[in-house]
Amino acid sequence: MAQKTLFDKVWDSHVIKHVEDGPDVLFIDRHFIHEVTSPVAFLGLENRGIGVMYPYRTFATADHNTPTVNQHLPVQDPLSANQLKALESNTAKYGISHWGLGHNKNGIVHVVGPENGITLPGMTIVCGDSHTSTHGAFGCIAFGIGTSEVEMVLASQCIMQPKPKKMRITINGKLGRGVTPKDVVLFIISQISASGATGYFAEYAGEVFENMSMEGRMTVCNMSIEMGARGGMIAPDETTFNWLKGREKAPKGAEWDKYVEQWKQLKTEEGAEFDLELNYRAEDIEPQITYGTNPGLGIGITQNIPNPSEVKDGEASYKKSLNYMGFQHGESMLGKEVDYVFLGSCTNGRIEDFRAFASIVKGRKKADHITAWLVPGSHIVEKQIHEEGLYDILSEAGFELRQPGCSACLAMNDDKIPSGKLAVSTSNRNFEGRQGPNSRTLLASPLVAAAAAISGVVTDPRELLQD
Amino acid sequence: MAYDSFNILTSSCVPLPLENVDTDQIIPARFLKATKREGFGDNLFRDWRYNSDDTPKADFVLNNPTYSGKILVAGRNFGSGSSREHAAWAIYDYGFRCVISSFFADIFKGNSLNIGILPVTVSPEFLDKIFKAIEADPNTQVEVNLPEQKVTLLVSGESEGFQINGYKKNNLLNGYDDIDYLLSLKKEIGVFEETRI
Ligand code: SF4
Repeated sequence: MAQKTLFDKVWDSHVIKHVEDGPDVLFIDRHFIHEVTSPVAFLGLENRGIGVMYPYRTFATADHNTPTVNQHLPVQDPLSANQLKALESNTAKYGISHWGLGHNKNGIVHVVGPENGITLPGMTIVCGDSHTSTHGAFGCIAFGIGTSEVEMVLASQCIMQPKPKKMRITINGKLGRGVTPKDVVLFIISQISASGATGYFAEYAGEVFENMSMEGRMTVCNMSIEMGARGGMIAPDETTFNWLKGREKAPKGAEWDKYVEQWKQLKTEEGAEFDLELNYRAEDIEPQITYGTNPGLGIGITQNIPNPSEVKDGEASYKKSLNYMGFQHGESMLGKEVDYVFLGSCTNGRIEDFRAFASIVKGRKKADHITAWLVPGSHIVEKQIHEEGLYDILSEAGFELRQPGCSACLAMNDDKIPSGKLAVSTSNRNFEGRQGPNSRTLLASPLVAAAAAISGVVTDPRELLQD
Repeated sequence: MAYDSFNILTSSCVPLPLENVDTDQIIPARFLKATKREGFGDNLFRDWRYNSDDTPKADFVLNNPTYSGKILVAGRNFGSGSSREHAAWAIYDYGFRCVISSFFADIFKGNSLNIGILPVTVSPEFLDKIFKAIEADPNTQVEVNLPEQKVTLLVSGESEGFQINGYKKNNLLNGYDDIDYLLSLKKEIGVFEETRI
């Protein structure tokens, strides 16, 4: 029998049935829901007169449209308030656990799942949000779904999907100073374009990922969708087990040991075949920044914006993109005046991201003209920021901390970058208007964001690294 | 949610010759706040279609009365980005039943099939032919034949086949969705469920 990849092992062990000339019926271990993409799914159940098959396999949190200030007050926007209420009543009705606004475990769905041990290695995980790929960091098959599929999972705990093709991205070597997991993934996407992995499920392998923290792995897997992949995964190892051990919903005692033994089997066998293999060298990656309106339009921070002939996007789209951003090809990004800085989202809203940001702003002052939104991914992250003394460093440098939520990642709440303003953002999408109508986004790491917040312009963070 | 079945669709087309049209453009996040599936068509391509004072932008194709029809023809990598099914709802609700492109983002494709929009992937060359035909005659008719899995430019008779898996095809032809099927597997699912953490 052919050798199996990590992906094969997890996928094949969850197939309940293969439909002739059709998709596989895949069992879903964990289902996350939030206020925006679930209400219509619950309505669907009602219209069909059916219930939720396994309510304890679904977890709800409110994050997409929640305010990030004054969370103790009633939500002002009536439409958002209505969605939050719908989530509350739907979850209560079907007995689904719900960490709503104000709950001490509330936060962004892809942050709270792992940090509470709901996400465990080898699981299949779905959520009506494309960055569900984040959970792949634990060796899970995790991907975003549409609302019809949310209804499907609620109704049957299964989803119907054709098995995607497999690709492996291997990066060996050692990352340079100031080069973070975010830079690694932005680099990959810039190499293969925003659609380069469509139809594939990716596995990340090699020394760079083996040596990466869980937070870093989550950042990388999170952005798999931005190159078109359904998801991305990394084989679980000691780093994974140490990170998960003792988390609230993770197995305990003898049971834990039993599972760890099983999870150790979750790796790609020697000689297993992929439909596509890509290799890069860690030494070729420098801090990255995007300049266009899709995540594939990024460069090393010291490079210049490429000519239309050098990018994979069509010329019309590329021109439209640069036109929207107000940039010219051939220009450098360094020195461009920045208006807003956003640290947060399920890509970079974890404790390590706040540590990185603080490492640069420590002992310095925020540039006067910069508006900075620092938004922890969850209340647990927020608590840690205070406990580790990061809050003091941030506030001494002139920064404020907001309350957890998706915030300016998709600007569904009030955290919208104003029209025409330029933001350095640690989130995952720089589409036209993503962070507010006509806003302009530069995607980058927490270090690049911190460097911009201090200097007021796009700056190579390596110039500001301390100790 | 049930939808109308799809068989053979003959229609003029609306051209959108741009690549990487992401779902944030198809429907911006601020219009995702409904708790019912209603009225999304009004906000389809909102920020390309309307100025910030809600007046229509004359140069956007949906505001150009020359073009109409049930088929949207778009550049490669259509529907990338967010998994929001609202993007497919907006397209359906506006009146499109089919999107033709040379390449679709995965989640968008799945969402479309689930709600009764047929995403048709053609070669870049054939896509170009369709765009040119529309340019020459905005009323040019395209036939999308699901049973035969074929798109035809009626003016010239040129056609190209397209792929769709048999299961999804059957669903679309009959207006079925996956949930009826999955519920018929309740027993198997129950047995499997017990083995999982
Ligand atoms: S932070 Fe952004 S990408 Fe992440 S779950 Fe929220 S909206 Fe989605």
